[in-house]
Amino acid sequence: MSFAMLFRIAHVFAILSLVSIGGANAVLPEIRRQVVEIQGWMNDASFADLFAISHAAPGPNIIMVSLIGWQLAGLAGLMVATLAIMIPSCSLAFIASRAIARWSDRRWLQLGKEGIVPVALGLILASGVAMMRTADRDGVTIGISLFTAAFVVLSKRNPLWALAAGTCASVIALHFGALKMG
Amino acid sequence: MGGTMTDSEDTAGDESEVASRAVSKSELFFGFLKIGLLGFGGIAPWARRVIVEERQWVTDKEFAAILGVGQILPGPHTMNAAVMLGDRFQGVTGVLLCLVGQMVMPLVIVTSLAVVYQRFASIPEVRAALIGAAAGAAGLVLGTALKMTQKIKPSRLALVVAAIPFVAIGLLDWPLVPVVVTMVPLSVALAAVERRA
Repeated sequence: MSFAMLFRIAHVFAILSLVSIGGANAVLPEIRRQVVEIQGWMNDASFADLFAISHAAPGPNIIMVSLIGWQLAGLAGLMVATLAIMIPSCSLAFIASRAIARWSDRRWLQLGKEGIVPVALGLILASGVAMMRTADRDGVTIGISLFTAAFVVLSKRNPLWALAAGTCASVIALHFGALKMG
Repeated sequence: MGGTMTDSEDTAGDESEVASRAVSKSELFFGFLKIGLLGFGGIAPWARRVIVEERQWVTDKEFAAILGVGQILPGPHTMNAAVMLGDRFQGVTGVLLCLVGQMVMPLVIVTSLAVVYQRFASIPEVRAALIGAAAGAAGLVLGTALKMTQKIKPSRLALVVAAIPFVAIGLLDWPLVPVVVTMVPLSVALAAVERRA
């Protein structure tokens, strides 16, 4: 199984890498669709667990993909998934870096930049909602999500405070029997 | 917090290439190592703090431009920014050093967390904490999207354009690729029309 599995991991994530405008958060719905629905690698609950673990760790949110690879095929899976999600987009960024240095004053480049912004905004917004649909299971968790969103919009403080508060609130809710456990 | 203060020393060269100092390979590696380690709940704010404020590799203006281009390319914008900064200061070697620096500690930490979690998943508090953290992270993304919209101040047309991928993907669960492939050219064309009008 191992080699075929690694190949499929590489295939799925390399394609995702090329379309992941807006980053890991924007492609989260597509990652879920691929991993849970199309490939059937795990169910929604396990996916939500991996999502939660990768968001409890520092670093780019894309490490969720590395973690999926790890879950599916151990260290080799981790390496393959990480490289597959990184190499295509990083190669494009490298080409873009050189191209922009050369053509930064051209009009079509400005227009292209301008046109992609609203699409990226829509994708990230979609991702926030998709993440809530994955992570939220009851009033308590919906409340935590909305509180954190409001904190980010209204406060200049580090969102780490909101994340910590949400985590504590969840544990407290458990003790009062208010949290729905999966 | 003094995070919004811009250093007056930076104004000398403004956004020209002259303003950026030489950055060595080890500086790149350890700078991004730190960014990766600090980056809870998204690393862009930490990248700015380390790159612009602490080490002054580039000015605020340059950093915003690099991050902006990184945003519209596929892949995480901070990772694209790492590629562009690495290339600028140390070419291909710089790119690799920035990427490895940014990824290595988060990878070690996330796999350790996964191993620990497998062992303690049966403890209700651990599960509850993780459920809470995930709900918070979802709110973080939603809030970030709203804040970006607030800051970018898109035109009414751009808001309509943004609403389409939001509804299609966030609410209707349509596949990403066809939506992006359709919406990007449409949006660029509309931007061209809007600018001419």
